Amino acid sequence: MARAISPRRKWTITVIAWLLGLAIFFPILWTVLTSFKTEGEAIASPPSLVAFDWTLANYFEVQARSNYFKYVGNSIVIAVGSTLLGLLIAIPAAWAMAFSPTKRTKDVLMWMLSTKMLPPVGVLVPIYLIFRDTGLLDSRIGLIGVLTMINLPIIVWMLYTYFREIPGEILEAARMDGASLAKEIVYVLTPMALPGIASTMLLNIILAWNEAFWTLNLTASSAAPLTAFIAAYSSPEGLFWAKLSAASTLAIAPILIMGWFSQRQLIRGLTFGAVK
Amino acid sequence: MGKITLDKVSKSFGQTIVIPEIDLVIEDGEFVVFVGPSGCGKSTLLRLIAGLEDTSKGTISIDGEDVTGAPPAKRGLSMVFQSYALYPHMSVRQNIAFPLKMANEDKEAIARKVEDAARILNLTDYLERRPGQLSGGQRQRVAIGRAIVRQPKAFLFDEPLSNLDAALRGTMRLEISELHQSLKTTMVYVTHDQVEAMTMADKIVVLQAGRVEQVGSPLELYRSPRNLFVAGFIGAPKMNLIDGAEAMKHSAATIGIRPEHIRLSPESGEWTGTVGVTEHLGADTLLHVAVDGVGQVTVRADGEYQVRSGDTVRLTPAPDKLHRFNAQGEAF
Repeated sequence: MARAISPRRKWTITVIAWLLGLAIFFPILWTVLTSFKTEGEAIASPPSLVAFDWTLANYFEVQARSNYFKYVGNSIVIAVGSTLLGLLIAIPAAWAMAFSPTKRTKDVLMWMLSTKMLPPVGVLVPIYLIFRDTGLLDSRIGLIGVLTMINLPIIVWMLYTYFREIPGEILEAARMDGASLAKEIVYVLTPMALPGIASTMLLNIILAWNEAFWTLNLTASSAAPLTAFIAAYSSPEGLFWAKLSAASTLAIAPILIMGWFSQRQLIRGLTFGAVK
Repeated sequence: MGKITLDKVSKSFGQTIVIPEIDLVIEDGEFVVFVGPSGCGKSTLLRLIAGLEDTSKGTISIDGEDVTGAPPAKRGLSMVFQSYALYPHMSVRQNIAFPLKMANEDKEAIARKVEDAARILNLTDYLERRPGQLSGGQRQRVAIGRAIVRQPKAFLFDEPLSNLDAALRGTMRLEISELHQSLKTTMVYVTHDQVEAMTMADKIVVLQAGRVEQVGSPLELYRSPRNLFVAGFIGAPKMNLIDGAEAMKHSAATIGIRPEHIRLSPESGEWTGTVGVTEHLGADTLLHVAVDGVGQVTVRADGEYQVRSGDTVRLTPAPDKLHRFNAQGEAF
């Protein structure tokens, strides 16, 4: 493991890593900075990085024009709701695929993933019509349903990978000990796979939180989440960069904070099984 | 009660036949060991009894009740796995209590039974620990504790000692035997180690390629193996199997003589040979002797016997301990 790295090389690598990190983070930083500028400064050329008149006016105006907390509420309900519903369906599905595979299990997994390759716009019209006819348009229930279906393949795949790491003998022991299938999943499988389930849940909440295509197309006002809140500021009257930035900052803040506190779980989840 | 009857049980995975067809009766309270080389189907047979695998044909009954299609939970059996298969997220106490919890016993009864099991197995001080904080032997004891708490009809052991070091294996062997004596419950034990089979079993079932080669008490198998496979498998060191001219003298295709049934003398004897490798075990010394016209013969000598590599020795097989086998490898 120990490989001699010269101090110069180490410095170069560190600088490159920082530059790359900054480049990735820059759009978010720029959005946050812009949100504190006036509209005039926001479109000024050349732009100033920090030397501008800091103002909170955009935030007040955004809150005055639209009720931020209503959107946050919708986002939370939709993201958490679709994730929990997804887990409820995916845990037994992944259990079956991981511990009781058949000749077709791999095909089923591939087929599930293939639905992610379909451009969503291809099914927009049928789904829109179904939603219209069933009265699900602009409802949180409808969005929870759609987002659950959209993200289900990813949840099943992630859980499947985790479950595969659990020795089958332990589940057999539970069966010998008199556990029914449901008890085996509740008392043995789920607690053992808890780190995996947690990171799957976190990732899925983030995906659902940021999902814009379906949330924008299937909502108008009452079920609109934060994506619609942001979109409202790229309006026909023109772009208001500063207010758009303020709205974006408000929209990403909750998920950014959540991601920050759970980053260890997330990294473990995303790299799971890659290194043994 | 725990009488297990296998009636024409067979198992195949797709085209591969793992167990052709087996009839076997395990009496209540018996300690039965399935022994055989790896891949002989002994674990599969145990898993069929447990219900972890479905039988392809035939019926399995426990105490006269047909359980062929019953799930593991409904068979009233306990199992100890090779990997122990403890629940890593539960304490020792919770692990042992798990079968009772699944049986919906009340909390007080569970607590009492767990304490009892822990006392029998010397685990009282470790009840609050997690399996990860225990040594191999302690984990094995927890696995046994989990098996005994709910007083099953029979215990199934799947190579439970193969992950332990030699010294601990000896101790645990004794503990399991003592447990059997005190509980008097049927035990079915799978191992590839014939020493475990010989020392623990009331009845040994020798398996090869899914077929039962012989069933009998350890001494029956030792004294009168039915065929060449059993003769070579039971007993350590292995029985000397000799064919050719020497076997013809006894009008057999192959003759067998155990290393401990050969008399050793420097002066006179039936065979003359040169000592090759000697293995000093302390009480005994194993001599590997190249005998003219016979081949390599292993002889068990007294530990005090003075002999060196290259010495010439005379050997006399005890005539009443000689095993004769025909061309099909069957004893006669």
